[in-house]
Amino acid sequence: MSATISMGQRLRPGSATILRGILLAGLAILAMLPVLNRLPPESALYVSDFVVSVSGKWICYAILALAIDLAWGYAGILSLGHGAFFALGGYAIGMHLMRMIGPRGVYGHPVLPDFMVFLGYTELPWTWWGFSSFPFAFAMALVVPGLLAGVVGYLAFRSRITGVYLSIITQAMTYALMLAFFRNDMGFGGNNGFTDFKELLGMPLNTSGARALLFYAALIALGGALLLCAHLTRSKLGRVLVAVRDAESRVRFLGYDTVRVKLTVFVLSAMLAGLAGALYTPLVGIINPGEFSPGNSIEAVVWVAVGGRGTLVGALVGAFSVNAIKTWLTSFAPDLWLFVLGGLFVAVTLFLPRGIVGLLHKGDGK
Amino acid sequence: MKGARLYLDGVSVVFDGFRALNNLSLIVEPGELRAIIGPNGAGKTTMMDIITGKTRPTAGTVTFGERDLTKLDEATIANLGIGRKFQKPTVFDALTVFENLELALKAPRDPWSCLRWVLGQEARKKIEATLEEIGLAERAQDRAAILSHGQRQWLEIGMLLMQEPQLLLVDEPVAGMTDQETEHTAGLLRRIAGTRSVVVVEHDLEFVRALGEKVTVLCEGAVLSEGSIDHVQNDPRVIEVYLGR
Repeated sequence: MSATISMGQRLRPGSATILRGILLAGLAILAMLPVLNRLPPESALYVSDFVVSVSGKWICYAILALAIDLAWGYAGILSLGHGAFFALGGYAIGMHLMRMIGPRGVYGHPVLPDFMVFLGYTELPWTWWGFSSFPFAFAMALVVPGLLAGVVGYLAFRSRITGVYLSIITQAMTYALMLAFFRNDMGFGGNNGFTDFKELLGMPLNTSGARALLFYAALIALGGALLLCAHLTRSKLGRVLVAVRDAESRVRFLGYDTVRVKLTVFVLSAMLAGLAGALYTPLVGIINPGEFSPGNSIEAVVWVAVGGRGTLVGALVGAFSVNAIKTWLTSFAPDLWLFVLGGLFVAVTLFLPRGIVGLLHKGDGK
Repeated sequence: MKGARLYLDGVSVVFDGFRALNNLSLIVEPGELRAIIGPNGAGKTTMMDIITGKTRPTAGTVTFGERDLTKLDEATIANLGIGRKFQKPTVFDALTVFENLELALKAPRDPWSCLRWVLGQEARKKIEATLEEIGLAERAQDRAAILSHGQRQWLEIGMLLMQEPQLLLVDEPVAGMTDQETEHTAGLLRRIAGTRSVVVVEHDLEFVRALGEKVTVLCEGAVLSEGSIDHVQNDPRVIEVYLGR
């Protein structure tokens, strides 16, 4: 058997081992960051709060990238709206965090978040019921994106909408949600979204201890998501996905219900994106409608393209490397970023169609 | 395994005023090997599309055993035991020969079963037997992308066999094949028929002769002639259609 890390791309024997090594080393370095953050600042190995919080954010992005790779790299579903699932997950936890502020808000209302008091609400809208419970909010962070993906996916896949048309629909979906969440009367904080969180599960946020815990939660989630995706893509279902990606009608003639297959992976992918968003909000301390912006979803697809789609590891490599470039570049030339992003996408498509991880690819012509 | 009988009764298909099939009636008995020939545009591929649920007839009925195929979708028809090999071989390039057959192997098709699928002894034996049958045992671990044209055709026939179909529809299996490959394919199809019905659509008359079975000639969406290869080759109407224009 040739060494395979995935069905999406086949790697040279040995390359899989190299990749696994890089992956484990990367995860180990990440796991060390909050520990190094505890060292005295004059130590050579000291890592600043900034690095910890930025890498925590990237870990969430990596989960989002995994979700996109599962749908796009394996099943060929190019969603340009995964940012919406991410943002919905973030909002669900954000709602819980808002409820947890309690009377500590500027207006000191015992139940209503500040923005509701400001907008003249007298009672909690029904959409907010239950969000004072963390398990409920967390479940919603997965269920709401999953449901949305289920409905959009069912309608699209049943009508056999594929390729660029599907991408446009998902792009429209996230844009529509962005416009909706910008509205104050949606009851989700409008323009400003949610921020000024105080505590999560009784733990005050904005301490380095809380940041470390959230960081590890995200890292564990990333590991879990990676294992889940690896298990799925190595199963026969993973091979069915690849077959659907390459020749969907042939799979149908083999007797597979491809609508069901695609729907399963799309919903799962949306839930993973929701999980990423749920971890993101408490880490960065803010969620607003900007997260729904179409550009975010496209950027996330670029991470996967750069890293190498259909490999899972590539999604992680892409998410970390593109975001590293972004953070570095925007520190001195923020206006350049969109040009670099676009240029990166064009360059990868032309010169590195299998992405960074594809450099380790078996050279068999296809 | 004796299959069901395929019965097309008065089937017509009209695309934008063009009659692709015109009151076509055809019976394929269980275990029969039937060759279907006809000039371009005779409706051969449309007929396959009707049987497999890709196209709906404008008029007429299609039954397989007791089931009315015109009301079922592709996946359901495939699971009833009707397998189709397309004109252009479509195998899954990213997967190995073995994995291609494994996907086609008759097994529960829902996502959850696929996720929990474990390749058992029996399944492995079936796949290996088919690999032998189609002559690709040596290539089992190669990706389908690197197979030759003929090998891809055989792999696709192998995938059909894995579905354990009662009826096999084979569209132009030898187009683009070398003589030796053509011969191998004829032998393969002859071995397959008998336990299941096989319908072969082909242009190549030599190949049809090599199959040595009943031939149906289609023309302008209807049956023009039916019988042995010698019978139809001597039928003046067939000669006119093939040579007269």
